[in-house]
This record gives sequence, structure tokens and C-alpha cells, in this order.
Amino acid sequence: MKLLLGIGGSDDSFHALERVVERVAETGDDLTVAILRNPATQAAPDGIEQRVRATLDERAVTASIRHLDGDPGSQLVALAEREGFDRIALGGGETSPMGKIKLGRIAEFVLLNSHVSVTLVR
Amino acid sequence: MTDDAAGEPPSPPRTFDDREGRTIIVRDHDHDRDREALTAMYEAFDPADRAQGIPPMTTDRIVDWLDAITGPETVNVVAWHGDDVVGHATLVPDDENGAVELAIFVLQSHQSAGVGTQLIRALLGAGRAAGFERVWLTVERWNDPAISLYEKMGFDATDTESLEHEMELDLTQTDNTG
Repeated sequence: MKLLLGIGGSDDSFHALERVVERVAETGDDLTVAILRNPATQAAPDGIEQRVRATLDERAVTASIRHLDGDPGSQLVALAEREGFDRIALGGGETSPMGKIKLGRIAEFVLLNSHVSVTLVR
Repeated sequence: MTDDAAGEPPSPPRTFDDREGRTIIVRDHDHDRDREALTAMYEAFDPADRAQGIPPMTTDRIVDWLDAITGPETVNVVAWHGDDVVGHATLVPDDENGAVELAIFVLQSHQSAGVGTQLIRALLGAGRAAGFERVWLTVERWNDPAISLYEKMGFDATDTESLEHEMELDLTQTDNTG
């Protein structure tokens, strides 16, 4: 399977990274990691990339790493559809002190706009 | 709340008849007295009325969740009907912004009977007595009854762009405990 993981630097996006890389180590899926500009985190793309590489190395998984500028949700969906990915994976939202799940803006956009199947990682 | 109550916790129980004529008692949460019945309420809770993943659905997870939201620094009130807890409202401090997050659950059999209004009034009074100043919550944007209740209590929407609306109340500016 051709899998596209979007990561913008939020806690749930790093959680998704761990889980997806763990899974790909077993399945051997063709993984691309897209580093997004998430306005909510303002995380530095280079810092995210270092963490992605470290996680991949830990599990001896190879993946292409791409940087997507501009609006994160629409760029991710466009890449997935343009390049024939089978699935998009994303962080599944943050949890409030109360335990309520709150979807991120990128996840909301991707869910409503993507013609490619989407997995929200919990 | 009148002045002679002085806002000293624990506040006295409030007894009222709901719109179905059932006698309901709203009181500050007491772990030893309430916990078993509170767990039972959530075990009986209709999954269709879950909101953003809470309450959890298995007993283990309900217990962990109740431990977290009734822990130190939290404020909780429960509604009793006879031997059963039929409603629960809670304020949980948010480390990030110094405010408290609110949630309220009423058992399906006791919804639309005024129990939620009484629970929220008691909760906000207890929260004010505990010194909290700002309360926020999220509510799914299709949940009109809940949004109406929160608006009636003085909550204002602060974010309506997402699937969940975020609302907020300044406890220092309002008194909804009456």
C-alpha cells in the first residue's frame, strides 16, 4: 500500500508518526512522510524532519520525506490524489483535560475533502 | 445562592421536583457516598449520547476517567433520584491556560426535565466558591439542547469554526447560581 503520513508538529501528529512507522516496519508499506506547516503549532519544519528521521532509523524503516508549503490540509489532499496514494494517515486529535477528543483543523479539512481513504491515529 | 449561605463549601444539597415530578437532590460530590452510584450511571449511559469520546464505555475506563476528573483541584456535583445518580457535572482545571473545563452528563431517562439546569447552577456556584474565574467547554455543533442550556447560563461562543463549538463564561462577571 502507498501510504502518506501528514505531520505538522502537534503532539498527536508525533504520536501518529510513532504508530505508523511501527506498523510499516511490519507491513513493508510504501511510506511517504509529508511535513506540513501547521499554523497551530508553528513547529520548525527542520525540527520535525529530524524527529521523523530518528523515528524511521529506530525502526529501520525507509520512507521518502517531503515538505509541503502553504495550506497544510489542501496540500496534503492534493499530493495524495495527484500521486495515487491509497491512504492518508494523520494525528487523530488532542484530548482535553476532561478527556474530550478535539479534532485538529488539518484533520477536519482532510476528512471533508479527501477522496483518498483517511486514517486518524488514536 | 443567598448571602447567608456564604458560599462555604460544601454547599447544602438542593432538592427540587423535575418536570416529570421526580424528586431530585443535587449535592456536592462525595467520593465515598457517590462513587459506586456514579460508576453505575456511566455504565448505563447510552453510547449515542457520548460526546467527543466521553464518557468511556467500559467499567475499567470509566473508573480511570472518574479518578482523573474527581481528583484534587476539581469540582463535581451529582444529581440523585432515589438510590440512583442520574446526573453529574464537573469542572477540571486546565494546566495550559489557568481556566477550568466543564462537562455535564444526564442519564437518558432524566433528560429534558430541568435536571441539567440545576446541575449547572450548582456546579458554577461551587466553582465560584472554589475561586475559579474562567470556565470553558466544547460542545458538538449539532447539540442544540446543550448549546441553548449553556447560552442560558451566560456562556458565549468563542470558536464556532470547528465541528465542536467552544464556549466560555467569566465567573467573576455573572451569577447563575440562583
